Amino acid sequence: MSQASPFYTTDHETFRSQIRRFVEKECVPHIEAWEAAGELPRALHVQAAAAGLLGIGFPEEYGGAGVLDPFYLIVAMQELARAGSGGLIASLMSHGIASPPVMHVGTPEQKERFLRPVLEGRKIAALGITEPGGGSDVANLRTRAERNGSDYVVNGSKTFITSGMRADFITLAVRTGAAVLGGVSLLVVDTATPGFSRTPLDKMGWRCSDTATLYFDNCRIPATNLLGAENQGFMTIMRNFNSERIMLAAQAWAFGMVCYEDALEWARTRQTFGRPLITRQVIRHRLVDMKMALDAVKATLDITAWHVAQGAAPVADVCMLKNLATATLERVAGEAVQILGGAGYLRGIRVERIFRETKVLSIGGGASEVMKDLAARQMRY
Amino acid sequence: MKALVSVKRVVDYNVRIQVKPDGSGVATDGVKMSMNPFDEIAMEEAVRLKEKGVVSEIVAVTVGSAKCVETLRTALAFGADRAIHVVEEGEVQPLVAAKALVAVCGKENPDLFLLGKQAIDDDANQTGQMVAALLDRPQATFASKVEIAGTKATVTREVDAGLQTIEIDLPAVITVDLRLNEPRYLKLPDIMKAKRKPVENTTLGDLGVQAAGGLKIVKTASPAARSKGVMVKTVDELIAGLKNKGLL
Repeated sequence: MSQASPFYTTDHETFRSQIRRFVEKECVPHIEAWEAAGELPRALHVQAAAAGLLGIGFPEEYGGAGVLDPFYLIVAMQELARAGSGGLIASLMSHGIASPPVMHVGTPEQKERFLRPVLEGRKIAALGITEPGGGSDVANLRTRAERNGSDYVVNGSKTFITSGMRADFITLAVRTGAAVLGGVSLLVVDTATPGFSRTPLDKMGWRCSDTATLYFDNCRIPATNLLGAENQGFMTIMRNFNSERIMLAAQAWAFGMVCYEDALEWARTRQTFGRPLITRQVIRHRLVDMKMALDAVKATLDITAWHVAQGAAPVADVCMLKNLATATLERVAGEAVQILGGAGYLRGIRVERIFRETKVLSIGGGASEVMKDLAARQMRY
Repeated sequence: MKALVSVKRVVDYNVRIQVKPDGSGVATDGVKMSMNPFDEIAMEEAVRLKEKGVVSEIVAVTVGSAKCVETLRTALAFGADRAIHVVEEGEVQPLVAAKALVAVCGKENPDLFLLGKQAIDDDANQTGQMVAALLDRPQATFASKVEIAGTKATVTREVDAGLQTIEIDLPAVITVDLRLNEPRYLKLPDIMKAKRKPVENTTLGDLGVQAAGGLKIVKTASPAARSKGVMVKTVDELIAGLKNKGLL
């Protein structure tokens, strides 16, 4: 279809056309209704599972696609982004950040309980890291889990949790040991547990994604729900952040491309002072600048994803990629709204929503400032 | 029961078609290509018949350039057991395709031959009918429902006057219409497994079919650009406008 690439094959294109059909048929017609409802219907998760979307990156024996190539996930992000709603990706794919710890350090029994139903779309998974008292500072989190017989007793709260209102399982970061990074563990919390409660959060964008603050009041969680060894959760969380940030960068690039394509289409058809907008040099140059910046993001995205697929953990590269991609999206979305003019300010127009949803990508999964600090430390400045 | 399904590689339905500047055809370089959507419906039907236990083996076949193997891989991802590629780099007209498919039928002896009612590139709507005529076997075109019992098929056809139900003896040729089914989403594991399924290559020459067709394409041109519309405020104004154009 396009130019030859070392990363994308005809299989990726076949896969792309399936996801495109799913998005056009099952998502695009309903986005406005979901945005108004403030959440996605559960049935969509079952449909997404049937379309092969939820299983990407997960093992086949638990209902996954069994293919570890990260470029399929990038293709999926690109196609999902065409619906023009960040909330759709964040919430439908929240298992993409909640379930990898189950896959990586869970026991076969835990995978059967917590991974399979999620990949089949029957259950919804969310990741609970951020706390009201602190954001990306995982080493200092305060939600406690005290061992009591065969259970952990969990007390504390989490906030800004994507899919938090609907989630059946929370992959929860808790303190089980001393107040250092060596005292953090991961527990899977069933949201039917007594003592668990949640409240919704109203947001600037991602409106079809249910975001919540979670409260744990003496929740008794069976010790069999502990993922990996006690006090060994920090590395799993860090590894998870790496893949989350690459996917956030993929989303930022994909939404940037939607902005660019919509701005280009508009510039071609919109007549001003008797000529199409695209004949004006100021617009032509602006469009080239947008494409140039997006292509640089894509090149960085693909090569970083490739390094990670080879088994590397290039933390600094991932931090810089996320910042490059999200900063580019902020710029490109702003330019697209400007080119569309009044039309770009109207609800129901893709670039309008994407523009409102730029900041969440620059903040979520590690704010730009945190990314820079982390990159500087990783590069031993 | 063996089912043969023919699939064609066409320009993807999402692509905005562009005519080559010299009028020699439609631009396909760097253009996204896909399986003809009607052939996807034929594949889906074959796979459903296999899932019901009616069909035991599905063979996909295509006639076309080396790149058409991608379309066969899609058919294999749907659930075809194996594929036959009649490699022909030049243009393939309906009668040439029909003769090649008839030759493949001669080797495979399918009980059921499913095809899309037409391909969305040239919309010829000829190949299935030609195959049935050359094979001298029953045909049921534009199928919106297919039921198989023993050696007979009951097929509901979409015809101008509505729906017509006919019963035909197998082996038979059935061409499928849009409403027969909704093709499934192909999943990554199936796309991957398709790469390990066998594809047999052959040529028109091997099959004893002449590559040259009887039709000559004189020129390809875009439809005339639509002129700008006029907004009318009242029905009276609309009627006056239509009368003015001599349409009323």
